[in-house]
Amino acid sequence: MPGRVHVIAIINGEKREFLCEPLQTLLEVLRDELKLTGTKEGCSNGNCGACSVVLDGLLVDSCLVLGVEVEGRSLVTIEGLMGSDGLHPLQKAFLENAALQCGICTPGFIMAAKALLDKKPRATEAEVRQWCAGNLCRCTGYDKIVRAILAAEKSM
Amino acid sequence: MIPSNFEYFAPKSVPEALSLLNKYQEDVKVLAGGHSLLPQMKLRLAAPKYVVDIGRIPGLAYIKEADGKISIGALTTHYALESSALLKQKCPLLSETAAAIGDVQVRNRGTIGGSLVHADPAADWPAAVLALNAELKVIGKSGERTIKAEDFFVEMMTTAIQPTELLTEIRIPQLPARTGSTYLKMHQKASGFAIVGVAARVTLDANQVCQEVSIGITGVTSKAYRAKSVEAELRGKKLDSAAIKQAAQKATDGIEALADLHASSEYRSHLSRVYTRRALEAALSRVK
Repeated sequence: MPGRVHVIAIINGEKREFLCEPLQTLLEVLRDELKLTGTKEGCSNGNCGACSVVLDGLLVDSCLVLGVEVEGRSLVTIEGLMGSDGLHPLQKAFLENAALQCGICTPGFIMAAKALLDKKPRATEAEVRQWCAGNLCRCTGYDKIVRAILAAEKSM
Repeated sequence: MIPSNFEYFAPKSVPEALSLLNKYQEDVKVLAGGHSLLPQMKLRLAAPKYVVDIGRIPGLAYIKEADGKISIGALTTHYALESSALLKQKCPLLSETAAAIGDVQVRNRGTIGGSLVHADPAADWPAAVLALNAELKVIGKSGERTIKAEDFFVEMMTTAIQPTELLTEIRIPQLPARTGSTYLKMHQKASGFAIVGVAARVTLDANQVCQEVSIGITGVTSKAYRAKSVEAELRGKKLDSAAIKQAAQKATDGIEALADLHASSEYRSHLSRVYTRRALEAALSRVK
């Protein structure tokens, strides 16, 4: 049987090394090997966006990337958002606007919102809604999430 | 959802990839962006013993123009195509098609080459490359060959490419002056895949007479197809709403529209006619 592969990647600004089997997704590597359990597993098939992370500056579903594929690449997960001065403005806004209920989709939404605001700091409501099409939430009805993202925008 | 086990290779060059494909033949799958292959593997619709990741091969992701022809590297992502200034100007049908695919996450990672070779009957790219008369460059151990888009899609999930070959480039012939195009799709709400997707491009002469027209339709049957009866009806005619409306009635001539839980066969056929008409009208309105 195939052996484990040695991978080096920059994760949340730090150089990390890990061993993974070729069939392990980046999501599994993050959660099971690196114990970065902030990234959640939803559908595991690229539909729900719960596992969203930022890979080389681009928002991706970590369930559809193999762990071995991130060799030499740089990624940011929800754990990488908090700064020395506490929660990221998006995290604060999600709390203040009660933009979560069960919370499974939240890290994915926050990473998606971060990728959007990095690209477009003054996104309109329509742009926020369009951008978040790849993230599903079964509790909130989305409205509070959108409001939280727009509130974070104002505070940044 | 866990795929069955496989051995992983990350070749650094096309010849290295080809020798792996040649060695493992039917037991190997090529990994590009992974957004068709990995879901298939997780659902156990595919269980390759070997996976050749071509993502480490430099020089397979590009969009360039030379002598009027546009060449696109097979590893170019939907996002790169969606955001290309060159395509917006020279071949907006491609940027429009890219923007209609899935969601941000999918577009950031999925590739045009991967999607074409996967040949999902509801994928968007097949319609666009058919309407643009694209040529697909594939490389095998014995050399390179070019397959016309029209000959590329053989059946559901089956293309003219051999297991030992690699799609490396998509070439779009120069579009003449006075050409207009569009891609219109009725998408399945959850997946974003096409229930019906129509890519249309028309070229007029100075008297509004249709010189050339090509229509690619996806989502309707087991593979994307050219709506040849519609094209034949319009070629040489003065294009107006009435002519388009009449010709669009032939959108599914000779085609058996599929039925699934999202749309019955009758509904799909109906949508094909409606979207063909709308796409042709939009293409016509864009002729400059």
